[in-house]
Amino acid sequence: MALSLEEVRRIAQLARLRLSEEEERTFAGQLSAILDHVRQLEELDVTAVEPMTHALAAGELPALREDAVRASLAPEEATAAAPAREGTAFKVPRIIE
Amino acid sequence: MSTPAKELCRLGLREAGAGVAAKAISSTELVEASLARIQATDGKLGAFLAVCADRARAAAKAADARAARGERRSELDGVPVAVKDLFVTKGVPTTAGSRILEGYLPPYDATVVERLEAAGAVIVGKLNMDEFAMGSSNENSAYKPCHNPWDLSRTPGGSSGGSAASVAAGQVHASLGTDTGGSIREPAAFCGVVGVKPTYGRVSRYGVVAFASSLDQVGPLAREVGDAALVLRTIAGHDPRDMTSSTRPVDDYLGPLEEGARGLRVGVPREWLSGGLDAGVEAAIRAALDTYRRLGATLVDVSLPHSKYGIGAYYLIAPAEASSNLARYDGVRYGLRAEGAKGLKEMYAESREQGLGAEPKRRIMLGTYALSSGYYDAYYLRAQKVRTLIRRDFDEAFRGCDVIAGPVTPSVAFALGERTGDPLQMYLADIFTITCNLAALPGLSVPCGLEAASGLPVGLQLVGRPFDEATLFRAARALERELGPLPAPPEP
Repeated sequence: MALSLEEVRRIAQLARLRLSEEEERTFAGQLSAILDHVRQLEELDVTAVEPMTHALAAGELPALREDAVRASLAPEEATAAAPAREGTAFKVPRIIE
Repeated sequence: MSTPAKELCRLGLREAGAGVAAKAISSTELVEASLARIQATDGKLGAFLAVCADRARAAAKAADARAARGERRSELDGVPVAVKDLFVTKGVPTTAGSRILEGYLPPYDATVVERLEAAGAVIVGKLNMDEFAMGSSNENSAYKPCHNPWDLSRTPGGSSGGSAASVAAGQVHASLGTDTGGSIREPAAFCGVVGVKPTYGRVSRYGVVAFASSLDQVGPLAREVGDAALVLRTIAGHDPRDMTSSTRPVDDYLGPLEEGARGLRVGVPREWLSGGLDAGVEAAIRAALDTYRRLGATLVDVSLPHSKYGIGAYYLIAPAEASSNLARYDGVRYGLRAEGAKGLKEMYAESREQGLGAEPKRRIMLGTYALSSGYYDAYYLRAQKVRTLIRRDFDEAFRGCDVIAGPVTPSVAFALGERTGDPLQMYLADIFTITCNLAALPGLSVPCGLEAASGLPVGLQLVGRPFDEATLFRAARALERELGPLPAPPEP
């Protein structure tokens, strides 16, 4: 199953990735080969099979924790690694003119 | 102290910890020996992305003060270890092997890091890895490839390549890695050390940079089975900060360690030894199975008929989860931001273009496609159903055996650069490890000898029932005791 360059561009846009023309061509070929391999799953009849929705069995999961206010990172700490900030807010390019 | 630094570095983890407790050696001596060995060897090996010497020296001094007072936090108090750069470490650079996180200093520690330090272990640095744990050769690290200490022209395996190479080369006594599709067991096999992928939920993932959340699991690498068991016991157990961590009590892994293989039923999946293995690897695996028989175990023929679909299911599920997890790297909250972008969307796309390497981009593309409108049922949902079939295969097999044994990898460590141009070929090398992750089971790689032709290590894989890591350690130790330790790899 060959992915077209248009499909590769559409996926890149959905994934918020910018690709060079060379990357688009390379990925079109590589993703097509991987999807061809994945098609072998179609050999299996899975109509009556439940999907695995969690890696742990139901009884192995912890109970939901209490909905209570707890100490967390201070806003100064949580925003300290941001490339740009103003006070404790993340600063991004203007989106409304 | 007169013990040469190199000899200190070759001590086992428990041996080193006992030495500190008995005041025969100091933690400071162990840490200085470790730092000196990293300094001397890592130029060629490339196992470390960051060394935190000041923090390590301070921790060693504190461990020595405890020893002087006759206190001991645990058996690994004062012993140098290192962790994969996928674990966040407060104030210590954490990159996940990616340029997009270059210079990031996390404001907190991962639970496993906290637990190691609470036990007194001294963290000397952060280990090289494939970017966001995506790879089978450590060549996808954005910073530098890691080399295999047995042969510097070969890969140490991935994605925890640095974690395996550092332990094999004697830079540290143990390390932590993560395993999403084989990323602890494969490098452990290639580097001749013990690597453990615990049951999903056994170890907290809090503070672990996420790749594929339903598959990722943290585990130890060490030169001896008992040392790996001790590290797992230290980091395992419920963490209220990770709602996928299990509440089951942690077993005593060290108690049954020396019980031997007598009476053990070892399942041998016929699909795992029916071709596709290099001759030297197959010979070593069959010899290991014969050893089990000689030690009093029973070999049982079992079948895992859906094994061959593991790669297909994995390369839909893991990229789908990765495409979601890696959406957070958008240049807003941390990491790299592209300069001069016009508008928010352009800033996202340019930051991700500049910060992410080819493999994360490839997997994000694959996952986005598999989850996109019109394809979800055909790809992702079908893969999750196949995952159910794979788990059922194991459940059925474990009706007749206690542990499953087979190869970790189809070949010994391959040459750096050999497979980088063909990602599908690279993915297919995970055929024996991936089903264990899909089924959420524990798996372990233990050295079972050197391949005759190349002289490189071969790993035997043991897979257990859910939460039955104790049987894996017991079975692995029986083999280790019988075969004896591997020789040390050549000096880098």
